[in-house]
Amino acid sequence: MFDFITFIPRAVVQGIPLLLGSTGETLTEKSGNLNLGIPGIMYVGGICGVIGSFFYEAGKTAQDMNPALAILIPVLCCLLGSFLMGLLYCFLTVTLRANQNVTGLALTTFGVGFGNFFGGSLIKLSGSELPSIILTNTSNIFRRNLPFAESLGTVGKLFFSYGFLAYVAVLIALVCSYILNHTRTGLHLRAVGESPNTADAAGINVTRYKYAATCIGAMIAGLGGLYYVMDYASGMWSNNAFGDRGWLAIALVIFTIWRPNVGVLASFLFGGLYILHMYIPSGMNLAVKELYKMAPYVVTIIVLVITSMRNKREDQPPASLGLAYFREER
Amino acid sequence: MNKNDRAPLFHVAKRGALPWYQAWAIRGAALILALILCGIITSLVTKLNPLSVYAAIWKGSFGTSRKFWVLLQNIAMLLCVSLAVTPAFRMRCWNLGAEGQALIGALASAACMILLANKLPNWAVIVCMTVSSVVAGAIWAGIPAFFKAKWNTNETLFTLMMNYVATQLVAYYCVVWESPKGSATIGIINSKTEIGWFPVLGGQKYLLNILIVAVVCVAMFVYLRYSKHGYEIAVVGESERTARYVGIKVERVIIRTMLLSGAVCGLAGLLLVGGTNHTLTPTIVDGRGFTAVMVSWLAKFNPVWMIFTSFLLVFLGRGAGEITTNFGLNHSFGDILTGIILFFIIGSEFFINYQIKLTRKGRKEE
Repeated sequence: MFDFITFIPRAVVQGIPLLLGSTGETLTEKSGNLNLGIPGIMYVGGICGVIGSFFYEAGKTAQDMNPALAILIPVLCCLLGSFLMGLLYCFLTVTLRANQNVTGLALTTFGVGFGNFFGGSLIKLSGSELPSIILTNTSNIFRRNLPFAESLGTVGKLFFSYGFLAYVAVLIALVCSYILNHTRTGLHLRAVGESPNTADAAGINVTRYKYAATCIGAMIAGLGGLYYVMDYASGMWSNNAFGDRGWLAIALVIFTIWRPNVGVLASFLFGGLYILHMYIPSGMNLAVKELYKMAPYVVTIIVLVITSMRNKREDQPPASLGLAYFREER
Repeated sequence: MNKNDRAPLFHVAKRGALPWYQAWAIRGAALILALILCGIITSLVTKLNPLSVYAAIWKGSFGTSRKFWVLLQNIAMLLCVSLAVTPAFRMRCWNLGAEGQALIGALASAACMILLANKLPNWAVIVCMTVSSVVAGAIWAGIPAFFKAKWNTNETLFTLMMNYVATQLVAYYCVVWESPKGSATIGIINSKTEIGWFPVLGGQKYLLNILIVAVVCVAMFVYLRYSKHGYEIAVVGESERTARYVGIKVERVIIRTMLLSGAVCGLAGLLLVGGTNHTLTPTIVDGRGFTAVMVSWLAKFNPVWMIFTSFLLVFLGRGAGEITTNFGLNHSFGDILTGIILFFIIGSEFFINYQIKLTRKGRKEE
């Protein structure tokens, strides 16, 4: 019998980094920027948080640590790092009008390299004597769940057994969805993504909206990297462990047809698909597990094809996605 | 003073075409700036003087004759994938799936090597490998192209997803064909019989690959510059409406160009498996599908310039590799340096395409 009670919480934990990544990317894409640098940004977000808490945790025992600081320092470092990456992307694509695909891929190369380099040599560079980066104390604070979760049995396990960042992620997705669809700011942002010429003519500051959406989007995505290291991986950084989750987050944006609120459940579904191969009884045939890992991508392709075939106006990508805006160009 | 009276200090205007030497002077300047910054960062991390950093980068590629051949081989492989994506890019069709298309090509040729060994003579195996890998690559690119042509499905995202489907497919076959059992890797295929291995020319095992890629490079240049197909690609890239108006069948051009793109990617996979590695792993393409996008774009989609840009990226990568081994740093340091250089060159394009005009201050007084 398929064990849903253990499967679902693990799927959720897998889904949260994807949710944060895709919420950030949705926000970015709504402004017309196709940021393929998201995988790199998530790495940078993760490693910046690790660097922050590495120096805070160094030489302290669990009792010495102030929980508020232990959370605040990595989160701020992570936000700062991913903000700078978003800013760099914006500077190149919005101000200098560079090609978005190329810039994004360069950003991913840089970000993944940055993460792996500091992850692999932080100890050597700081001259510390620890064998590897294991931030157990910080991670324990990040993973602390609600006190009554244990006593609620199955319900507690399904809904209350996660670290605080998981709830923050869901909240961010819902808030983003609300802002995009029910506020004037969101309307302006969507206008910028659909037709920057029209938006500009209506007096909307296109550059400002693009910058704001992309930088905030990058910060949200960076949190996904932080959640992965601190919560999912229990504070242990290992190079390339984050894997292709960044691309999966971009896939999720398409899967949810640019709707962050749909993303909440869709990300858990993706998380489930991502770990499905561990739960499918395949006996001795290990090869089949590799095929199950394809599932999220195949599902995304199917959604992509179906949305383009149905050709409904509200299901399309933002019309100016991937194009730089230059006012003097017609 | 009223806020609305403030005139901006400068405004940005599009430039007419710059003469090619000025454009390359700007790119060269950006490259030098980037190299200086990279040198500074490296010497901060390794506490070396910057000159020996550059010396180490140089030695990474030209230190020994073996390193030089590895450099040439890496350039050839990167160039091959870059050439593959170029026709699609010229059509403004963002084929980000080169990684997957090359992987599928590699898978097809590995399959021929494993399944046809001892059943067919060696030459026939190599012919089968060539045909199957080229066809496999073309099919892998043809699927997104078909949907793009028929329903305008976003090809950037579609091809991107196809990469991971290909990766998992290769991972699957790595387990199916694993040897030794339980290792989940294939190991060197036909290591005793050398069936399906490309012949070694002149004692250099990379030479044949390099020659093949050189031929592809020239052929691609001629195809894009002088053939009717190349012209049609350029027209579709500039404006689909114009293309339709002059009677070009846009759908057909899209599918045909993507098939070509995928076929050359498949060839790259074949060269990797048959020519050098003689094995198959899910990471055999090593991110070249993504690096190729940048190589192609940096060269303005010109196959001849691409030789130079792929040299640049491979040279820097190998140089950074040399630094990391010499100083016991993490290997990813090279990616950071590559990233910095790319940012500079990407940024420099702005100064080639646009000019900044200072506005006259006199206007403010009106």
